[in-house]
Amino acid sequence: MRAYVETSGKGPTMSTEITVTVNGTAHTEAVEPRLLLAHFLRDVLDLTGTHVGCDTSQCGACTVHLNGEAVKSCTVFAVQANGAEVTTIEGLADGDTYSNVQQGFWDEHGLQCGFCTPGMIMTSEALLKQNPNPSEEEIRAGIAGNYCRCTGYQNIVNAIGAAAKAGK
Amino acid sequence: MVTSNFEYFAPTSVDEATSLLSKYRGEAKVLAGGHSLIPMMKLRLAEPGILVDIGQIEGLSYVRKEEDGVAIGSMTTYREMATSSVIQSNYPLLADASARVADLQVRNRGTIGGSLAHSDPAGDIPAVVLAIGGSVVARTRRSKREINIDRFQVDLLTTALRDNEIITEIKLPGLASGTGTAYSKFHQPASHYAITGVAAVITISGETCTDARIAVTGAGDKATRARRTERILKGKELTPPVIRRAASRAAAEIGDALNEDIHASAEYREHLTRIHAGYAIDQAVAAAG
Ligand SMILES: Cc1cc2nc3c(=O)[nH]c(=O)nc-3n(C[C@H](O)[C@H](O)[C@H](O)COP(=O)(O)OP(=O)(O)OC[C@H]3O[C@@H](n4cnc5c(N)ncnc54)[C@H](O)[C@@H]3O)c2cc1C
Ligand code: FES
Ligand code: FES
Repeated sequence: MRAYVETSGKGPTMSTEITVTVNGTAHTEAVEPRLLLAHFLRDVLDLTGTHVGCDTSQCGACTVHLNGEAVKSCTVFAVQANGAEVTTIEGLADGDTYSNVQQGFWDEHGLQCGFCTPGMIMTSEALLKQNPNPSEEEIRAGIAGNYCRCTGYQNIVNAIGAAAKAGK
Repeated sequence: MVTSNFEYFAPTSVDEATSLLSKYRGEAKVLAGGHSLIPMMKLRLAEPGILVDIGQIEGLSYVRKEEDGVAIGSMTTYREMATSSVIQSNYPLLADASARVADLQVRNRGTIGGSLAHSDPAGDIPAVVLAIGGSVVARTRRSKREINIDRFQVDLLTTALRDNEIITEIKLPGLASGTGTAYSKFHQPASHYAITGVAAVITISGETCTDARIAVTGAGDKATRARRTERILKGKELTPPVIRRAASRAAAEIGDALNEDIHASAEYREHLTRIHAGYAIDQAVAAAG
């Protein structure tokens, strides 16, 4: 695949056509190669559940699943997801039924302002896929790449523990 | 933060990728996991005009047992290394270090090839591979060479790799029986980068240490062998006083080049290097026994 060059009034801009399947729906769009996956989801597809907190690969608010694996979407170019499957927070619930992790966050009050929550939930889903029965220590290590500035983490850890129990 | 504009290529073979690197030599950069390059591009510390994404090439992520060791494909991620039974059983320190890089999300993207090519002074994998020994396989459009790991890390963020070369594989030697390994690091609590990390690969025969490779990261410009420490260990029975004396020399090669930054002073780094050299050697000796 080669990026083609368009000339706009402001000088050359490059764009590449990509197809990304997001939450089961295929989207074909022309994007600049430098567009980050987080901005593709938010600004092009209008899926604003994926948050951008730090934009420096640290806070995890932008976590989504790329071909089933949790990644920080502020550190992936949308073109790298060409041909891939992406799941965002909007794709977790089955109609009105929350996933176990979403239900765990609801039941255990695993959020306050909610800013970190989509990323926290996407990481937790991936963690429980890798390790369905984590200890408290493993839960804390598993969410090391997600920052929460409100809760002090305790209820988040409880929420993930509750989701693990519900999954059994 | 927006990176500067670039032209993007996603070749599907190594030949196609190396041809692009030759054609756009000097302008093009390889994109692997992107977890060092993209942050640098966002800060505009790197502004490549062309990116050659090697993530779409099939067959660059594997861990393969060979007659005389193990071959690891350059696009193998930290997660794949941490969970590989071949790596867990042959090089426990590599599995352990990979499991302790950064966080779950970064470990899904970052690659062994990228971490060696980037040569971050605080990276874990360069020190671990240096302690194991082995070589980096680099290909251009026309040639293929093996770079001994002892000659690979050249300077801060600088390796022996040429700008038209792609790392395709890392070759690790089989370890002799009676070898124990360990990686001990003091990590920055947010990023998990090594403030100081020490990797030890020690072979013991009878009561005597017959071989030792010790490598330090985080303390200086690049991953460095602690050759004085190795010399003190080799040929001796590794009693606690011998280990203590060897560990106390672990920062000797780094000398005046000890890092000093917001995380730790040079003096503190030197202290941590000795302490973690001691831990790594102790653990490797216990594992060898
Ligand atoms: C939040 C965060 C925390 C981190 N914490 C740690 C940590 O605790 N420990 C640690 O060791 N690292 C850490 N890292 C760095 C991480 O390990 C990077 O993934 C790694 O340094 C680079 O690998 P990559 O595959 O992402 O390479 P990229 O970012 O894609 O590339 C890095 C450089 O290597 C070159 N390159 C890559 N692959 C090849 C190849 N096959 N052939 C030739 N050149 C190549 C690229 O051109 C570029 O110059 C962290 C990163 C982040 C974002
Ligand atoms: S916004 Fe991506 S890690 Fe913070
Ligand atoms: S709930 Fe506010 S940042 Fe986590």
